[in-house]
Amino acid sequence: MNLLEKLDAAAAARKAQLPTGLSAFGIPIEEIYSPTEARIGERRILLLGTNNYLGLSFSPECRKAAHEAIDKEGTGTTGSRMANGNYSGHRALEMEFADFYHCRSCIVFTTGYQANLGTISGLIGAGDVALIDGDSHASIYDGCILSGADIIRFRHNDMADLEKRLRRLGDRSKNTLIIAEGIYSMLGDQAPLAEIVSLKNAYNSILLLDEAHSLGVLGETGQGLAEKTGLINQVDFITGTFSKSLCGIGGYCVSNHLQLDQLRYVSHPYIFTASPSPSTIAATRVALRLLRDGSKLREQLWRNARQLYSHLKMIGFQVGPEPGPVVATILDNPQQALALWNGLLENGIYVNLILPPAAPEGKSLVRCSVNAAHTSEQIEHVCQAFSKLHSSIIQ
Amino acid sequence: MAEINQEDILHLLSQRLASFANPELEITPETNLITQLAIDSIKLLNLIMELEDHFDISIPLNALTDVLTVRDLANLIYRIMSDSK
Repeated sequence: MNLLEKLDAAAAARKAQLPTGLSAFGIPIEEIYSPTEARIGERRILLLGTNNYLGLSFSPECRKAAHEAIDKEGTGTTGSRMANGNYSGHRALEMEFADFYHCRSCIVFTTGYQANLGTISGLIGAGDVALIDGDSHASIYDGCILSGADIIRFRHNDMADLEKRLRRLGDRSKNTLIIAEGIYSMLGDQAPLAEIVSLKNAYNSILLLDEAHSLGVLGETGQGLAEKTGLINQVDFITGTFSKSLCGIGGYCVSNHLQLDQLRYVSHPYIFTASPSPSTIAATRVALRLLRDGSKLREQLWRNARQLYSHLKMIGFQVGPEPGPVVATILDNPQQALALWNGLLENGIYVNLILPPAAPEGKSLVRCSVNAAHTSEQIEHVCQAFSKLHSSIIQ
Repeated sequence: MAEINQEDILHLLSQRLASFANPELEITPETNLITQLAIDSIKLLNLIMELEDHFDISIPLNALTDVLTVRDLANLIYRIMSDSK
């Protein structure tokens, strides 16, 4: 099979999962009206599949900052941080992130994906070990592959399994980077951080926590799971993204280890990428302030999350292990998931469809993401749509 | 665990892999894991965790890049077990 035939085979496999003409992946959004509404085709649609957890995508303060930055500094930096793309705004944002986390160091990356790619591949290398949760995001897998370290998976959120694998490593556990996530993007569940910290201390390993989905969502000031659990000083490195609660694009790593700064000189995903645009940095700086002061937004977010999660559970859908802004409906097969996804779209609701092998355990998911800008009436409309579709989906 | 050789590992793998295969397919040491058994990436990763537990070893995922057949996987496991003695 040549290179192009391999792509044809992949296309055929995808076509077998989805009926011809239905574009569940990459469906075009024609117009976007607000953090919760858009036009898809000719219909006004309720957005329930974004990562806009605090609903800040249309914040007047963020938009104003972005406009001003474009007027003052132009549309792009055209170069990397190591060359001509290191503006005072990038450094200011790094200092503001370090202050937010009460940490000594921060590096800003151009995307959240690159934050993991750059941090992981800078921290570990050939001969070291990456010990990662089985449900880790692709950016974690790819960062580990780029590093050249030995990659070992532990069963998702299974602490006995993590300990077993640490024990097997023997002395190598000292050169091991354990990687977990604050909130896992598929099922919306949280890592058992206290147990992970306890194991990493017992085996003298280093811990990286990816707070991509938990930034702005967990903890009093929105730092994430490390803040919620009071363990922020026990986590060696925290990565995250601007593209979810902060409604921009970019990523960061914070740490109390001053060695973090050395990554700027060894991490290819940091060195060989153009830096974030001035407007992105300016909007993110304002969004970070709003996030930090956003306890009311977090309260509304969690009200919405609990309302949807408890309703889906009550009417008999299988959902993720715990409530959260990511509410996953777990279906036995792709046909059920596709029927539910399509039924919701016909009811004016956009959600995410996730099919094997992307979904855990060979299942299929219809994944909803609620945000703080959803009204309780909008969530109620979603609940009613799920109720209406339940009997036709679950036999 | 008692002394184990490559043939024992091959036998165990063939038994375990039968659950992935069409019942008509005879699993041999040369059976290709991806093209003939159609094991997707997640199933393969989960199988590796099972094998790690069975043999009480660590099988790095990056070592799988050269594994195409059942024999390749058996050889990898044997090598890791020999190295860890």
